[in-house]
Amino acid sequence: MKSFHHIKSWLLVALLAVFISACATTQEEMPAGGDGAPVYDQSQSGSSTGIVDGSSSGADASGLEGADGGVGTAIVDGPPMTVMEILEQTEGTLSNRTIYFEFDSAKLTDESLAILETHGNFVAGNGEVAVRLEGHADERGSREYNIALGDRRAQSVRRVLLFQGASSDQVETVSYGEEQPAVSGHDEDAWSKNRRVELIYTVN
Amino acid sequence: MQLTRPIIYLLAVFMLAMVQPANAALTIEITQGVDGALPIAVVPFDTSRVSGKFPVDLAEIIGSDLNRSGVLKAMARGELPASPHYSKDVQYSRWRNVGQDYLVVGRVLESSAGVYTIEFQLLDVLKQKQLVGRSMSAKKRNLRSRAHQISDFIYEQITGTRGAFNTRIAFVRAQKDAARKYVLQVADTDGFNAQNVLESDEPIMSPSWSPDGKSLAYVSFESSRPEIFIQQLATARRTKVSGFSGLNSAPSWSPDGKFLALVLSKDGSPDIYTMNTATKRLKRLTEHRSIDTEPVWSSDGRSIIFTSDRSGSPQLYEVSAEGGRPKRLTFEGNYNSAANVSPDGRYIAMVHGDRGQYKIAQLDRETGNLTVLTDASLDESPSFSPNGKMLLYASTLGNNGLLFAVSIDGRAKHKLSDQDGDIREPVWGPFESK
Repeated sequence: MKSFHHIKSWLLVALLAVFISACATTQEEMPAGGDGAPVYDQSQSGSSTGIVDGSSSGADASGLEGADGGVGTAIVDGPPMTVMEILEQTEGTLSNRTIYFEFDSAKLTDESLAILETHGNFVAGNGEVAVRLEGHADERGSREYNIALGDRRAQSVRRVLLFQGASSDQVETVSYGEEQPAVSGHDEDAWSKNRRVELIYTVN
Repeated sequence: MQLTRPIIYLLAVFMLAMVQPANAALTIEITQGVDGALPIAVVPFDTSRVSGKFPVDLAEIIGSDLNRSGVLKAMARGELPASPHYSKDVQYSRWRNVGQDYLVVGRVLESSAGVYTIEFQLLDVLKQKQLVGRSMSAKKRNLRSRAHQISDFIYEQITGTRGAFNTRIAFVRAQKDAARKYVLQVADTDGFNAQNVLESDEPIMSPSWSPDGKSLAYVSFESSRPEIFIQQLATARRTKVSGFSGLNSAPSWSPDGKFLALVLSKDGSPDIYTMNTATKRLKRLTEHRSIDTEPVWSSDGRSIIFTSDRSGSPQLYEVSAEGGRPKRLTFEGNYNSAANVSPDGRYIAMVHGDRGQYKIAQLDRETGNLTVLTDASLDESPSFSPNGKMLLYASTLGNNGLLFAVSIDGRAKHKLSDQDGDIREPVWGPFESK
């Protein structure tokens, strides 16, 4: 596992520096479990393994899991991924674009923080990218309070992205409160999926 | 798909901002009657002298208005012992024998085609005398409104309190599988005459009536973020009054109609501001890193009550409309929000969360007592009737939001429902000016 990392790091430096290095960083910092894990797992099944898989997704990544030899060739031959292609990948940390929260809270779990650091690095390294952070709340309580709560959640995500070097011009926030639930239903299972911030990317 | 969402937003900003008839109507069901409601018989009005079929059943509208109040109970039509139309034809003993305290009789005359005169008399069965009699002109389009006015006369005569039947409510309807997902509507208090004020693909929130009843302020996400608009109901003319970066939310009209209280986050976290609606000049009332939202004016316009989580959970606070140090008002329960102040200023209704249940409660400012008025688990958006006797609110049942009204003593309750809608955020409009 350790040497695996080592090889990967080299690849990163060689090529898609911003994107894949972010994944590696995340993987190292990812805690096993963590208090936020149950909430998180409900919506994004396999997210933590997805990070490992993420670096092995796509054309260049398949080389990683095989022998050392084929790796360099595949990458050098293939054109570098465009930002659009990176964003269209269905695996990996960057494909993880929903952050979940506890009731009446905008606190980020360690796991969420690690995901957002990856996003922050990606946005910081790609000036043509903009991200809209849409904050949401579950249906309990009053609607306007929930708008404010969704805003607070979007702001706490925004702070991480800016801390990682994203420019404030690239990051927009909006809150929908309880107006646009991801899941209908009136129990904790539904509520836990609705207390969220969605990252919506655009490429200029 | 996600990448193209901003384009979808742009396409989505296509709305119809005009008052027009709506298809779906609300229906009313009394869910909780009151023992000891005063018995009243409303005899069907004589319409035999009207050409053609008279378009509405006045007695039915009046009876159902009175029933909703919880104060009066209208006799079922099939049980009426007689059908007099003039007080001179009334045999009081027959009504006393069937336990009625009050009797309403009336008739409709047609002065010219489509122009009517409605006459009615409210009689006290025990005293055997007329309490009030009126004659009013009406046209086809305002017959229901005239019936509600008669209900108001009757209610005021018997209870001493002005009736609020001839007023309107506003609410937001979310429609599944419809071309426009969100609709802001106004309707009569019995759910009839629903009219669309605004339709949009994006959420519409927080309607607030101007004190003259002629305009609504509301929040619309039509530009894919919350902004505040004021719209004249009659003309559908609307103005964006607040579109700062961040939140523009929770508008609330001052009692004199000159100011809006609102929530802005342009300077950091959500804070309470007032805006002079003529000059658009802003005044910041709170400055705290917590959430401050849902401002409403006290009935005298001197202070603003709002929700803040500065203590750790949402609670109600009051601050002078001139600014200053907010004072906490609620201490029971771990979630108190969405205040609404009774017209006399004595009561504050709110969403009260306790042990995971969200109900409507009211704080009596004279005694300091908090009374829980509802018994479901997802109740929200309380709004007082202009006479202070009823509270309108929304409740989530199954997958739909429904509207309910409960008397402020918690005894009478009725439901306004609608088969294909999810309705929420009801606000009761002001009295029509007399």
